[in-house]
Amino acid sequence: MFRKILSPFARLFEFHARTHYRTERHSMALTLGIIVAAGVGGFVEIAPLFTIDETVEAAPDMRLYTPLEQAGRDIYIREGCYACHSQMIRTLQDEVDRYGPYSLAVESQYDHPMLWGSKRTGPDLARLGNKYSDDWHVRHLVDPRAVVPESVMPQYAFLLDRTLETESLPDRLAALRAVGVPYSDEQIDNADADARGQARPDTDAADGVSKRYGDATSVRHFDGQRDRVTEMDALVAYLQILGGLTDAAFANQPPGED
Amino acid sequence: MMERLTGAERQIALMICVVMAIVGLVMAAAGRGDPMGSHGAIVLIAAGIVTCFVLRAIGEPEPAEDRTTSYYDDPTKAGLVIALFWAVVGMGMGVWVAAQLAWPDLRFDAAWSSFGRIRPVHTSGVIFGFGGNALIATSYHVMQRTSRARLAGHVSPWFVLLGFNLFCIVAASGYLMGVTQSKEYAEPEWYADIWLVIVWVVYFVLYIRTLARRNEPHIYVANWYYLAFILVVAILHIVNNLAVPASLTGAKSYSAFAGVQDAMTQWWYGHNAVAFFLTAGFLGMLYYFLPKRAERPIYSYRLSILSFWGIVFFYIWAGSHHLHYTALPQWVQTLGMTFSVMLLVPSWASAGNALMTLNGAWHKVRDDATLRFMMVAAVFYGLSTFEGSFMAVRAVNSLSHYTDWTVGHVHAGAMGWVALITFGSIYSVVPLLWKRETMYSWKLVEWHFWLALAGTVIYVFAMWNSGIVQGLMWRTYTDSGTLAYSFTDTLVAMHPYYVARACGGALFLTGAILAAYNVYMTIRHAPEKRPERDYPTSSEATEPAVPAAE
Repeated sequence: MFRKILSPFARLFEFHARTHYRTERHSMALTLGIIVAAGVGGFVEIAPLFTIDETVEAAPDMRLYTPLEQAGRDIYIREGCYACHSQMIRTLQDEVDRYGPYSLAVESQYDHPMLWGSKRTGPDLARLGNKYSDDWHVRHLVDPRAVVPESVMPQYAFLLDRTLETESLPDRLAALRAVGVPYSDEQIDNADADARGQARPDTDAADGVSKRYGDATSVRHFDGQRDRVTEMDALVAYLQILGGLTDAAFANQPPGED
Repeated sequence: MMERLTGAERQIALMICVVMAIVGLVMAAAGRGDPMGSHGAIVLIAAGIVTCFVLRAIGEPEPAEDRTTSYYDDPTKAGLVIALFWAVVGMGMGVWVAAQLAWPDLRFDAAWSSFGRIRPVHTSGVIFGFGGNALIATSYHVMQRTSRARLAGHVSPWFVLLGFNLFCIVAASGYLMGVTQSKEYAEPEWYADIWLVIVWVVYFVLYIRTLARRNEPHIYVANWYYLAFILVVAILHIVNNLAVPASLTGAKSYSAFAGVQDAMTQWWYGHNAVAFFLTAGFLGMLYYFLPKRAERPIYSYRLSILSFWGIVFFYIWAGSHHLHYTALPQWVQTLGMTFSVMLLVPSWASAGNALMTLNGAWHKVRDDATLRFMMVAAVFYGLSTFEGSFMAVRAVNSLSHYTDWTVGHVHAGAMGWVALITFGSIYSVVPLLWKRETMYSWKLVEWHFWLALAGTVIYVFAMWNSGIVQGLMWRTYTDSGTLAYSFTDTLVAMHPYYVARACGGALFLTGAILAAYNVYMTIRHAPEKRPERDYPTSSEATEPAVPAAE
């Protein structure tokens, strides 16, 4: 009986092997076969993510990164921070207890590219914003082991000495608009001044930041230096906005899974 | 080496060099003050070096050899030597980054030497530098032998090999300067990506044209895998790297995708870089060099078919298992998990096919360290694909994800499978290509084998322990319902494992250095011997391309 059940499969297998024996003489048949076989999975899994509306939640309060925060994000990428820090709290209860409400898709809606990460050599940073003071971040980045003795994080003291390059920010924001981030013309044109204004609250440029990005935007000396805008300003401004672009994750979240 | 090109070919090579030099010059001028300018200088220097080689040959007389009676192995030889160079660089970087996690002061406080910047130098160095060059070199060798035909072209194999290495150098130097897209294993910026597409198209055309010349009705299994490697890597590379540069005179670009779609695209790429770069291509190596060295035919043709199409079809779906419990819709996670588990069937079919091929040749496995490299590689392939399917199960992934278990899994595959099959292939092909009797020292091969095996086992066990310990500590609650350990507590618990991991890596690196030395000495000092019947022929009887079934 076992034989009987298996025999159609055996015949199919036999047929397949014979067909293959003939088609494998043609390199273009193999080429097409490979492209089709390998194409299906990716198409079925990726294409619907762009068309199914429920994939990304609605969050009317979602705001964009300011030019200074975006510059900080670019530094975060440049230094490879994502290699050790994730920005994706999973729906597991222990992660919610440790880091905060689990991450929603909408929170990285404008993240080109996303920085969800794949390894936590250091802790998750998705809800880092406003957890520590600016001063804590600066001291921690300058010498991590002075703040957390057991840390294995590299030090980034050099960020404090490097003046932030802001002239390319209008171009960068324009590129982000090209890939779908809704920056306005005004925001793009003033990106350079806004970046410097956000880190120098006592200058005229600071007013433009609140006007274009909302009154809730933090405008302050992130790195504690009053006279110049450094890469440290940008990175700390970015770290302080992590998890703060929208409150969607804090509203009515079901409990995490055990 | 360029003396074997005809006058017309030398001119074409020279023209390509000039065009590259102009491109480098334009990049250097336009990208002043940006890392792109430094990359322009690198392109310019690289074009200059190749130009010198070509110019040295340009006045020489035309080659007199009859090209139909021999294979063209110069690019293969160069590729193998370059692969060994990258092995030492990439693994050396690996030991350094591993040591930084155990002793963070080993970073020495330069901006370029932080973990975040040199880690991609390690990953790209071993995957693309070592693995990629080995794949290109062995594919040239295998496609010629299994087709019984010479390479279709003499400039294009060099273009592919050297162009690919230019990509690797631009990538690695870029990471040190902070040029990265932050997409794991796809870090290089837009101009490097465009360049790789050009190189890859030439590679595909070369492959297809060589196959079209074959004196053998069937295309051998190894070539299916190499073909899948070339084709699918091209698709993955192009889609995942779609981006808009902030400016044409700077390196920075922004990915076309964002958030959840970007995450899915990235891990569709990331997982299939494993599938089609680190698996398909190396299975091509396995399917040629293992039966050849064992002098046994492949155990089952049908299993080869089953596993090949299984791998090509199933693997693509598996990427979403990197995103369990995240903001990715659950239906995609479930699909990823399901296909990852099913993937075990074709994976074990390949591993089993390889091991069964050794039936009747186990005494050779005992005596011959080269064949033992390949045997152990097949075993590690089986083990790490089992582990991969296991870790793709949601419940397991909740523990393993974000921990060192993932790192251990990757290295079981990369060291145990990819590197061992590569070293086995190198040891079996080097004497043939340089017309030597054997490798310079079989004792060094033996030493390399045991160092590599010990290094892999120490590494993988250390990472299993650290990963599982950390995963469990993260989720441990006290009786009062609060988390028992702070993140720092779990980090402190990792220290002994990080030390052990660095030691395992150092052993593996030592083995690779021995390999490089052994190959160098073989080229320089081993006694000569003309290989028998290693030339194109239309007759199956004089030389079967691979051992034929009895």
